[in-house]
Amino acid sequence: MATLRLDGEGAPVGASIAAEEITLIQWREGVRPVAAGFALAIPNTEDIAQLSEAVTEAATIILAFPAFMDGRAYSQARVLRERFGFRGEIRARGALVPDQALFMARAGFTALEIGDADPAPFLDALGAYSVFYQYAADAALPAHHLRARRRQAA
Amino acid sequence: MYRYDEFDHQFVRERTAQFRDQADRRLKGELTEDEFRPLRLMNGLYLQLHAYMLRVAIPYGTLSGRQMRQLALIAERWDRGYGHFTTRQNIQYNWIKLEDTADILAALADVEMHAIQTSGNCIRNVTTDHWAGAAADEIADPRPVAELLRQWSSLHPEFSYLPRKFKIAVTGAPNDRAAVKVHDIGLRMHRNDRNEAGWEVIVGGGQGRTPLVGVTVRDFLPEPELIGYLEAIMRVYNLYGRRDNKYKARIKILVHELGAEKFKAEVEAEYARKPEASTEVEERELTRIANYFAPPSLEKLPRWSAGFEDARISNPDFARWARNNLAAHNTDGYSIVNISLKPTGGIPGDASADQMRLMADLAEKYSHDELRVSHAQNIVLPHVKKDDVFAIWQALDAAGLSAANHGLAGDIIACPGLDYCALATARAIPVAQSISRKFADLDRQQEIGPIKINISGCINACGHHHVGHIGILGLDKKGEEYYQITLGGSSSEKASIGSILGPGFAGHEVADAIEKILDTYLKLREPQEEFLAAYRRLGAKPFKEALYGDTAA
Repeated sequence: MATLRLDGEGAPVGASIAAEEITLIQWREGVRPVAAGFALAIPNTEDIAQLSEAVTEAATIILAFPAFMDGRAYSQARVLRERFGFRGEIRARGALVPDQALFMARAGFTALEIGDADPAPFLDALGAYSVFYQYAADAALPAHHLRARRRQAA
Repeated sequence: MYRYDEFDHQFVRERTAQFRDQADRRLKGELTEDEFRPLRLMNGLYLQLHAYMLRVAIPYGTLSGRQMRQLALIAERWDRGYGHFTTRQNIQYNWIKLEDTADILAALADVEMHAIQTSGNCIRNVTTDHWAGAAADEIADPRPVAELLRQWSSLHPEFSYLPRKFKIAVTGAPNDRAAVKVHDIGLRMHRNDRNEAGWEVIVGGGQGRTPLVGVTVRDFLPEPELIGYLEAIMRVYNLYGRRDNKYKARIKILVHELGAEKFKAEVEAEYARKPEASTEVEERELTRIANYFAPPSLEKLPRWSAGFEDARISNPDFARWARNNLAAHNTDGYSIVNISLKPTGGIPGDASADQMRLMADLAEKYSHDELRVSHAQNIVLPHVKKDDVFAIWQALDAAGLSAANHGLAGDIIACPGLDYCALATARAIPVAQSISRKFADLDRQQEIGPIKINISGCINACGHHHVGHIGILGLDKKGEEYYQITLGGSSSEKASIGSILGPGFAGHEVADAIEKILDTYLKLREPQEEFLAAYRRLGAKPFKEALYGDTAA
C-alpha cells in the first residue's frame, strides 16, 4: 500500500509508515499504543468537534473517503487544521481520484493512500492551478488577498 | 460589468488546460467513461439522449455584446446554429462533440467565460434578478455580492463534493424576481436604519421531488460577514446532509428533518467556532468588485419621450409590445427592454446564432453593452433610452424577436424535456408549443393578464412547475406521457408551492385543460384581479369542477 506524501521535498511515494494504527473504537476502549506517533483512523460520520482529546494524542489522523463523491472528510480535515491546530499528518484513505488531490491538499491533507495507482496524475493535479479564490487549510493565498497586497504595494 | 483581471484569466486558462488533458485521455481510452464522468460533469458536459450537452455558465445572467457574439459563434461552429437559454440563466448547447469541447472552453475563456460548476454536487452558477442595476424598485445592485460568491465558490476545496448540487440566488429588490425562497440559499438585501446593506439569509428552499419554501435563518447579516456565515452553512450541510439517498440529499431535507430552529442553532454554533478572522480583505474585495458594477453613465432625460409616444400612437403592434415588454428603469427617460424568446409555437429559450448577434448589436448600440438572461428564458436589454425603443423594436421584429407576450400566457418556461434530456420522463417542448399556439391571439393573452405557465419534463423541476401560477409536470405512466397540473405556485417574495389539481392529462389534452382553467378564471375574477390572486381567493374548487365536472373530489 503506497502512500503519497504531499509535504516535504518532492512529494515522495513510500510504504506506509510503521506507526501503529488504531481505530476510534479501540481508542474509546482505552487502547493507547506505547510508541509515540500512533495513527488514528476516524470514520467520516464522526463529529470531529467531539474528538479534541483523541486528536491531541495521535500523530497521524486517517480520514475516510468511502466513495469519491462522499466529501465529508474535506470538512473534517479543515476542522482539524484550522480549529484544533492539528500539526500531524492527515492521511486520506479510500476511493481517491487523482483530480481530487488538490482539493485534499488545500483542505489540509498531507498524505494520500493511493495503493497501486500511478502517482503521476495525482502530482499533476496538485500543480494544475496557481490561482485560488478562497482561504483554506493550506498556505495558498486567495486572489483577493493578492490583489489587495498588490494595490498596497502600488 | 465585471472584468477579469490576470488572476481570473489565469484561472480559466488553467481550467481549460486541465479539461483538454482529461478529454484527450478519454478520447485515447486512458480514462473509462466511469472515470471521465465526474470530470466532465465538473465542466458542465453532460451525455444526453442524442449527444453531449455543454452547459455554459452565465454568472448572474449578465453578458456583454462580445460575450453574446461568442455564444453565437460557438452555436454556429460547434453546434447546429442555435443555443438554449435556461432557467438557471445559463445557455446549453445540445449537439456537442467531445473532441470539440476543450476548444469551446478556450473560446469561452477568450471572452471571460467558462462552464465551471454548471453541474456536479457543488455550488452552481449564482443567479440573480435579471433587472439588477436597472430596476426602479431596487435597493442596490446585488451583482457585486453574486460575483464575490462566484469567486469564493470556484473550485472550493471543501465544498466541491457536497451531498448534492447547491444553488444560491441573490436579490437586491423587495419584489423578488430571482426566486430566492426556492433555492438552497437565498439572499435578500435589506438596509438597516443606518443605511448599511445587510442580507436576509434564507435556507432550504427548493423544487424537485420535495418542493419547499426556504426558512430565514438570519434577518440581517452584515455584508462583510457573508462569506464566513455561508461557510458555516455549507460545512453543516457537508457534514450532516444525507448521502444515503440522492432524493433526500439536498439541504432542504436536512433543514426539514432537523427542524429550522435546530438547523439554525447548528449553523450559529459552527459560525461562532470559526476563528475570528478580519473581514477587511473581503470588504476591500467587495469594493473592488462593486466598482465594476457602477451604474452606466446615463443621460439626464425627461421622463417622457416624444419619439416613443408618437411611435406608440402610430403603430399598434409596437404599442402592444411596449406595454408588455418594457419595465420601469431607475432613471427617467430609460426603460428595461425584455426580449421574449417565446414566439408563437416556438421552443422556449432557444435563439439562433443570428438572433444572438442581433441582440449583441442592440446591446452595444443602445444598452451600454449589457444583456441579461432571465430565469424565465428571455433576454433583457437593461439600460435603453426611451427614444431608442422604437428602433430596437423594429430590429427585433425583423429578426422574429418581437413577441409581445412578456409575462403573459405565451411566455412559457419549459425545460428541454424528453426531446433532449436523459433524465426526462416526458416531453416539455411540444406541450409548451401547443399552449403557445392555443393562446396565439394576443388580445386574449392581454385579457388574461399576467400569468406564469411553467412546464417540467420530469420531477427534477428544471421547468419550475412547482412555482408556476399554472404548473405542468410531464410524467410517464406505463410508457405513455401524461401531465399533472398544479395551480397556485409562485417564486416571488410571497412564494408558494402549487397544488396538484387532479388526475393528469395526455399531452394533446393539456392545452385544452389550460384553456378551461383560464376561462374559469376570466369568469370568476374580480376587476383587476390577476390569476394568482384569484386562485388564492377562490381555491381549487371551481377549477377542479371546470376540468373534472361536479363529481370531482
